[in-house]
Amino acid sequence: MRHTLSVLVENRYGVLTRVAGMFSRRGYNIDSLTVGVTEDPTMSRMTIVVRGDDQVLEQVTKQLNKLIDVIRVTDLKSENSVEREMALIKVNCDVTSRSEIMQIADIFRARIIDVASRSVVVEITGDEGKINAIEQLLRPFGIKEMVRTGKVAIRRGQKSS
Amino acid sequence: MTEPTEKMTGARAFIECLYREGVDTIFGYPGGVLLPIYDELYGANIRHILVRHEQAAAHAAEGYARATGRTGVCLATSGPGATNLVTGIANAYMDSIPMVVFTGQVPSSMLGNDAFQEANITGITMPITKHNYLVQDARDLPRIIKEAFHIASTGRPGPVLVDMPKDITLQEIDFYYPDKVELRGYKPTYKGNLQQIKKAAALIDKSKNPVIYAGGGIINSNASAELIEFAEHIKAPVTTTLTGMGGFPVEHPLFLGMPGMHGTKYANYAIQESDLLIAVGARFDDRVTGKLKAFASNAKIVHIDIDPAEISKNIKVDIPIVGDAKWILQKLLTYSSESQSEKWIERIGHWKKENPLYYIEPITCSGIKPQYIIEQISQACKDAIIVTEVGQHQMWAAQYFKFNEPRTFITSGGLGTMGYGFPASIGVKVARPDKVVFDIAGDGSFQMNSQELATAVQENVPVIVAIFNNGYLGMVRQWQELFHEKRYSSTCIQNSVDFVKLAEAYGALGLRANKPEEVRPVIEQALASGRPTVIDFVVECEENVSPMVPAGAAINEILDLERKK
Ligand SMILES: Cc1ncc(C[n+]2csc(CCOP(=O)(O)OP(=O)(O)O)c2C)c(N)n1
Ligand SMILES: [Mg+2]
Repeated sequence: MRHTLSVLVENRYGVLTRVAGMFSRRGYNIDSLTVGVTEDPTMSRMTIVVRGDDQVLEQVTKQLNKLIDVIRVTDLKSENSVEREMALIKVNCDVTSRSEIMQIADIFRARIIDVASRSVVVEITGDEGKINAIEQLLRPFGIKEMVRTGKVAIRRGQKSS
Repeated sequence: MTEPTEKMTGARAFIECLYREGVDTIFGYPGGVLLPIYDELYGANIRHILVRHEQAAAHAAEGYARATGRTGVCLATSGPGATNLVTGIANAYMDSIPMVVFTGQVPSSMLGNDAFQEANITGITMPITKHNYLVQDARDLPRIIKEAFHIASTGRPGPVLVDMPKDITLQEIDFYYPDKVELRGYKPTYKGNLQQIKKAAALIDKSKNPVIYAGGGIINSNASAELIEFAEHIKAPVTTTLTGMGGFPVEHPLFLGMPGMHGTKYANYAIQESDLLIAVGARFDDRVTGKLKAFASNAKIVHIDIDPAEISKNIKVDIPIVGDAKWILQKLLTYSSESQSEKWIERIGHWKKENPLYYIEPITCSGIKPQYIIEQISQACKDAIIVTEVGQHQMWAAQYFKFNEPRTFITSGGLGTMGYGFPASIGVKVARPDKVVFDIAGDGSFQMNSQELATAVQENVPVIVAIFNNGYLGMVRQWQELFHEKRYSSTCIQNSVDFVKLAEAYGALGLRANKPEEVRPVIEQALASGRPTVIDFVVECEENVSPMVPAGAAINEILDLERKK
């Protein structure tokens, strides 16, 4: 089971180390972790995707809450949150394959953000499934390099997490 | 009302903050980056105990904290000074003891450059502190110190480290000490949820065979009186863990002794037969539970703990109650009804009679029986504070001393740190000069911090070190005897030191007892001397701690090692 946690933390030196250290020390598996500033400059928000059963989720949540610099932990369920990830994919191409790659990008509402004689860089935003799908389709052309941001997620509706 | 501010250096502010926190004693060791602070300490109204190794400063601060319930304070220089503290910090973390640790650091401008005596002590101690700080601006220092003491002493207590670069201690600031802390990420729960408490009370009323399993949380929460009252009210026997020892009087008829690996048979039987286990401030450590699947498998479990993360960490709990043990026990007392049934207590009484702790007087005497020495110390000074090292002697102290009050048994539980006891006992004696303080020591453990004899003598701290000299790293030897065909690989330390001469070399009193009849007289001599004293008790060298539940076995699969010999 994978869970998405939205973790509000103090925007302070060492916070990322504390959080990451807790995960590794206690042997929890992180699938992805993103961190960035929020609407309030004194706080940062992390989106952490963690793997484990409900008991692991409960322990992870409690251990996170135990860190002094962690302000709030919210378990984002897929039914009441939206999530996005971005990937940049550098694909081999030549004159003949370029238009085909552009077509695929079009279908996924991805964008070509760099063009060179023998490669293009595709920027894609979406949920994990969408990114996996375009990756599959581009693979036959030869993916030279790929970078993914990891998931960010936010609660739907009025309430914030 | 805002206080008038005053201009001062960071070093001066540091002292000022300690005054505001009511600190009367710190344990420390100087170094280059601490010069400004030590200059301010010179003539300050704070007792500074100069140890001989920084590890001892941390253990002594912990001993001070455990004896008083107040926050212990220690101080060390950057680099090696700071890294020498690590074991002591980890020890306090594992046993949840309030401590504030100050370290000097290289100047901010040199941080990260591998400067002389630079160590990233905040990085190193992140997993063994409740929280830590690197001070980046002297103006933050008062707030940070205020927060450090607050975090260390509230909720589940623990060590907090404050790392202070040298330039911070020289920087001039307008001193202002905040009277409140504002930590939006830290709000410990003290009052337990009443719904949960009522549910627990209902279970208690229905239960026929309840057992209370109390840990170090009872001591931290000062909940000993409440525990006694509650146990008597519901007629439940009480077992206390190693760190909970003293939280319930040993001679109370409801007392079961310690559970687990070297617990009493009857404590373990009672747990296994119970239909309701009420855990208070205890964390289901593997030394207590043995094989988890088989632990208290017939019982519903109520778990009272101030740390929500302890709930269902090791064992599935039926009714968790998060909060302060004292507060929750008071409530449970009012919501549960008084028990009239004697049946369970009678059954336990029967187990107690059939399976007491015991030892056999040796036929051929190759030394004194260690259990006998503990009994003699217990009789000679029943109000003493007993501090221990780690090993067999520690278990005998827990099994045979008749503790009557909280904060009279001080031992390294979670980390099991050899070398802890002697420096901790110095901290205890400094905090409680009115008390007789013993360090029950092994010949191995004592050698890990014996240099502190110099501290005890110089600072005139008359603790009594009772060395149980069996010539072995006895606890490891016991495992080798049982599980490795007596192949005593690297555990024999016979005749390596003359502890009497060692004591004398430091200017302490050195005594020795070779025979049982010499035990009481040397104890009396040590008590009368009023000096730091080392007693070398020559004990039976291959005596085992009994009973014993082998690691990983269910706690009712108990070996009687005394009978086998
Ligand atoms: C710092 C440290 N190193 C190693 C150990 C492992 N250990 C546990 S008990 C023990 C033997 C202790 O010997 P001694 O102090 O003589 O006590 P005894 O068991 O003989 O009473 C050892 C080596 C430990 N607990 N702590
Ligand atoms: Mg020994």
